[in-house]
Amino acid sequence: MKAFRSVALAVAWRSLHNAFTNPSILLPSLLFPLFFFTAFAGGLSRVGDVPGFDFPDGYTAFQYVFVFLQSAAFGGVFTGFAIARDFESGFTRRLFLAATRRSGILAGYAISALVRWMFTAAVVTVVAVAAGMRVGGSRVDLFGLVLLGLLVNVVAVLWAAGVAARTRTMQAGPLMQVPIFLTLFLAPVYVPLELLQGWIHAVASVNPATFLLEAGRGLISGEPTELAAAFGVAAGGLLLFGLWAVRGLRRAEAAGA
Amino acid sequence: MQVGHLARRSVARTFRQPANVVFSFFFPLLLLAVNSGGLDAAASLPGFPSDSFLDFALAFTFMQGALFATTNAGTDLARDIQTGFLNRLALTPLRGAALLAGQLAGVVALGLLQAILYLSVGLAAGVRFEAGPGGIVVLLALSVLISVGFGAIGAFLALRTGSGEAVQALFPLLFVTLFLSSMNLPRNLIETDWFRTVATINPVSYLIEGMRSLVITGWDAEALALGFGLGFAVAAAALAAASLALKGRLARS
Repeated sequence: MKAFRSVALAVAWRSLHNAFTNPSILLPSLLFPLFFFTAFAGGLSRVGDVPGFDFPDGYTAFQYVFVFLQSAAFGGVFTGFAIARDFESGFTRRLFLAATRRSGILAGYAISALVRWMFTAAVVTVVAVAAGMRVGGSRVDLFGLVLLGLLVNVVAVLWAAGVAARTRTMQAGPLMQVPIFLTLFLAPVYVPLELLQGWIHAVASVNPATFLLEAGRGLISGEPTELAAAFGVAAGGLLLFGLWAVRGLRRAEAAGA
Repeated sequence: MQVGHLARRSVARTFRQPANVVFSFFFPLLLLAVNSGGLDAAASLPGFPSDSFLDFALAFTFMQGALFATTNAGTDLARDIQTGFLNRLALTPLRGAALLAGQLAGVVALGLLQAILYLSVGLAAGVRFEAGPGGIVVLLALSVLISVGFGAIGAFLALRTGSGEAVQALFPLLFVTLFLSSMNLPRNLIETDWFRTVATINPVSYLIEGMRSLVITGWDAEALALGFGLGFAVAAAALAAASLALKGRLARS
C-alpha cells in the first residue's frame, strides 16, 4: 500500500507541476469552460424565455451545471493528453521500470486530474456567482453536485488513460475528445429534455450524460432528481473505464512502451 | 504559371491529409445537427426571424469551415517554414504575391468543397433558401471570400510565428470570435448587454448575417453589403499583413 501511495503521489506531483508551471497546458483547460459559460449563459440567456422552460434558478445556473460537468470531463481528457505525451516521449517506459506498484501510476494521473479540475471548477464557480447565478440548493445538494463532478472527472481520465495507453501517441487526442464531446452535446445542453424534439430528444433520452445533467441541475436548484440514475451511471463508468484503463496499461507494459 | 505550380502543390497537400479534410468537413455538420436540434425551441421566441432553427443555424457552418481553413493554411505554411521549403523558394524568382496566392489555393478549393457539402446537407435536411437558386450562388461566393480571408489570417500567423504548433494554439482564440457573435441568436434577441455589444462590434456577426440573410430573409441588400464589404476588408487586411510578414521572413532568412 505504501509503495502504491508513493508512486501515485510522485506521478501526481510531477503531472501537477508540469500543468501549473506551463501556461500552454493550464490555460486551455481553464479558458475553455469559461468561454463556453460566457457563450452559453451570456449569449443564450434569452432561451430561458422559451415557453415551457421552467428551470427555477434561471438560465445562468442551468448552463453553469453543464459547464461544470463538461469541465470535469474535459479536465480528465486534458490529463489524458499528458499521459499520451509521457508515452510518446518515453517517460512512461522509465516510469514502468522505476515504479514498484505500477497501478499507482494510474492513481497518480487521476489525482492530478482531480486537482486540476478542482482549480478550474473553482474559477468557473467564482465567475458564475459574479455573473449573478442563483443557487437554490442547500450545502448538502451542492456537495452532491461536486461529488458528481469528481466522479465524472475520474471516469473521463480513466477513459482517456485507456486510449493513451493503447495508442501511446499525442495524435490520439481527437479519439479521447470526440466521444466525450458528442456524449455531452447530445444531452439537453440548451433546454430541458422536455423541450427537445425529434431525433435529438430520442438520443438524449437514452444518453447517460442526460442523467448526470438532470441530477446536477436538480441539485443546484434544491430539487434533487434522477440522483440514483446519475450516480449509477457514474459508478458504472468508474467500473467500466477503470477496467479499460488497467487493461490498457497492462497492454502498454506488455508492448514494452 | 508560378501560382499554378504552388497552387497544385497546395491543393494536393491539403487533400492528402485525411484528418484535416474529414475534421473540417464533418465537425461543422455535427455541430449543426447538435445545435439545430438542441436549440430548435429558440425558434419559438417572439421576434425570432425564422420558423426553423436549422435554417437560421446553417450559415454558422460556413463560418466554422472558414475557421478550419485558417488552421489548415497556417499549419501547412508553417511546415514549409520549419522544413526550410520557404527558404528554398526564396532563392527562386518567385514573387511574394504568387507564393501567397499559391498557398491559399488549397484553402479555396477546400472551402468551396466544404461549402457545397454543407449546402447539400442543408438542402437535404429541408433548409429552404428564401433568395432562391441565385442566393445559393451568392452564398458560395461569400463563403469562398471568407475562406480566403481566414486562410490569409492563418498564413499571416504562420509567417509571424513560423510554428505550426503556435498556429494550432491560436485556434481557440479564433473560435472565441465565432462564439461571441450572433451565431446562435439574432443580435436583437441577445439579452445580456455586454454580449450584445461585443457581438455588434464583432465582424464575424456581419459575415454570418450576410450568409444567413440569403437563407431566411431573401435579398437583403444591407446584410449582403455588410457581409461582402467586411469579407473583402478582412481578406484585404489579412493578405496585406501576410505579405508584410512574408517580406520580413524572407529578409531574415
